[in-house]
Amino acid sequence: MSESSQAVLPMERPPVLGRPRPPRSDAVLYLDGVSVVFDGFRALNNLSLIVEQGELRAVIGPNGAGKTTMMDVITGKTRPTEGVVQFRDIDLTRLDEAAIANLGIGRKFQKPTVFDALTVFENLELALKAPRNPWACLRWMLSGEARDRIAATLAEIGLTARAGDRAAILSHGQRQWLEIGMLLMQDPEVLLVDEPVAGMTDQETEHTAALLRRIADGRRSVVVVEHDLEFVRALGCKVTVLCEGAMLSEGSIDHVQNDPRVVEVYLGR
Amino acid sequence: MSATTLAAAPPAGRARVTLRLVLAGAILLLALLPALNRLPADAALHVSDFTIAVTGKWITYAILALSIDLAWGYAGILSLGHGAFFALGGYAIGMHLMRLIGPRGVYGHPVLPDFMVFLGWPELPWYWWGFQHFPFALLMALFVPGLLALVVGWLAFRSRITGVYLSILTQAMTYALMLAFFRNDMGFGGNNGFTDFKELLGMPLNTGNARAVLFYASLAALLGCLWLCARITASKLGRVLVAIRDAESRIRFLGYDVTQHKLFVFVLSAMMAGLAGALYVPQVGIINPGEFSPGNSIEAVVWVAVGGRGTLAGALLGAFSVNALKTWLTTVAPEFWLFVLGGIFVAVTLFLPRGLVGLLDRRGTGR
Ligand SMILES: Nc1ncnc2c1ncn2[C@@H]1O[C@H](COP(=O)(O)OP(=O)(O)OP(=O)(O)O)[C@@H](O)[C@H]1O
Ligand SMILES: [Mg+2]
Repeated sequence: MSESSQAVLPMERPPVLGRPRPPRSDAVLYLDGVSVVFDGFRALNNLSLIVEQGELRAVIGPNGAGKTTMMDVITGKTRPTEGVVQFRDIDLTRLDEAAIANLGIGRKFQKPTVFDALTVFENLELALKAPRNPWACLRWMLSGEARDRIAATLAEIGLTARAGDRAAILSHGQRQWLEIGMLLMQDPEVLLVDEPVAGMTDQETEHTAALLRRIADGRRSVVVVEHDLEFVRALGCKVTVLCEGAMLSEGSIDHVQNDPRVVEVYLGR
Repeated sequence: MSATTLAAAPPAGRARVTLRLVLAGAILLLALLPALNRLPADAALHVSDFTIAVTGKWITYAILALSIDLAWGYAGILSLGHGAFFALGGYAIGMHLMRLIGPRGVYGHPVLPDFMVFLGWPELPWYWWGFQHFPFALLMALFVPGLLALVVGWLAFRSRITGVYLSILTQAMTYALMLAFFRNDMGFGGNNGFTDFKELLGMPLNTGNARAVLFYASLAALLGCLWLCARITASKLGRVLVAIRDAESRIRFLGYDVTQHKLFVFVLSAMMAGLAGALYVPQVGIINPGEFSPGNSIEAVVWVAVGGRGTLAGALLGAFSVNALKTWLTTVAPEFWLFVLGGIFVAVTLFLPRGLVGLLDRRGTGR
């Protein structure tokens, strides 16, 4: 991985705009012609999307546009009816959820689903990158280093004081944070973040935007789905607009906000 | 989902300490029973042979309950076929006991068990080989249930068969085995099964000595299984199992191979049930296909539900209390037992979702 990024670094990348698709080797995520059909209904309709290494990307679109379905397809929850879905050179449509997660693709769900019977600390410990087989889990001992990492994440998500509490008694906003924390613990190369700031205060929203910007640091790529346009603006990254399962527009936030098609289907209403 | 989570929440704080003390006390008391049995019959603390025999049997039931609790209470695998693993363990040791009868059988054949002579079989079928050796039989009592669980579990978990469908599948498994073992041509004694055992490890059965030895062996096995289960449930593996139980489809996205973890715990659980069966058969002196009956598996699940699933103490408490009630009731009013059992199950499900263990926790803060 370090090899490929080194190979790319010295070269000046041509501007993305007005250029045909970047070569596949640059892409961390590569979706081409992806369709998902549920009982005749096209949740994704010939969608193509490329996310490059180190890129932060926002995806917006009206309800039911297929944003979550796109993440389902990448993480193996839903098999595409047709199309190519690749992580680097690896075909993701043949792998199950666990194998895809172990490749380094992590996900935060739209509806936070944490493990209620476990404490906040235990939820993070479960997510921490470590061998996942039963025997390794049985023999697992919490090292000082692991403890420090969990403590750092707890501080980052503001749940240090709640570490020993069962996740069941957290508020909705705290569950959002715990989900984000679990995503961080996995140390993935690609983070798929579905509506992270729903139910957060303005201050927390700012914090989240700063956190995501920091994570997309050149090594990791982050794809964020969000409705909150202020938040998307704060991310300061390329924006993809989905509508009815297909890409409607792509570019800077100002570009898409002024795109008449986007205004018509989404922003104008 | 929050209802199931609550139901399975282990007690905390004071309740937990109380529970441990009760458990330690009960085990100590059990350990004393065979010694009290040796007292003169008119001594105040004398314990009858019947009590030893019955309690020894309950201890093996407690191991079975523990095995079900590990799979169901922790990993959410509601098996309604654990009686089959128990029975297979029993049959394995039963085959050894049959081989030890030797020429003392009714027909006096030096090698063949009576039922084979009766059926006119010329020699032992290959799958009876090796069972004259105790270690081999004991190994098979663990291996055969483990292998069956591996095959059934692999097929089911790989296809993501869960919940009610898995319960039905395991129930069908034990039912099919019952029908198979009823057949004479299977070579397991048909509907009579095995009985009239003479000895085990050079020790004549049906003596006070043998009863005490088997009792202590069962108690030691129970403690060993309890230790193993405690070790597992306190480890990160235990937390993975709980996560699988509560949100199986979520934990996959953290990179855990759910099939692998479920198989691990299901196979281990089946082996524990097999061990329980292996200790049960020499104590009760008989094994027949009735042990495979679907009702047995369901009854064992009821023990765990009554005691409190998702807590190890609950499984033990349930096994002992329900069986104590059963023993008492079947001497007083045997015709009522099944109604009472059904009633208990309904009552526990409706009013005590956390089982008897949940009662202890009532006055706690509820965390
Ligand atoms: N498993 C499914 N079966 C049938 N239809 C589905 C399924 N999953 C999603 N859909 C449909 O596909 C469409 C796209 O859903 P999706 O959840 O991807 O939208 P979204 O862009 O994430 O919307 P939101 O902003 O509300 O989260 C919706 O109309 C939804 O009803
Ligand atoms: Mg969505």
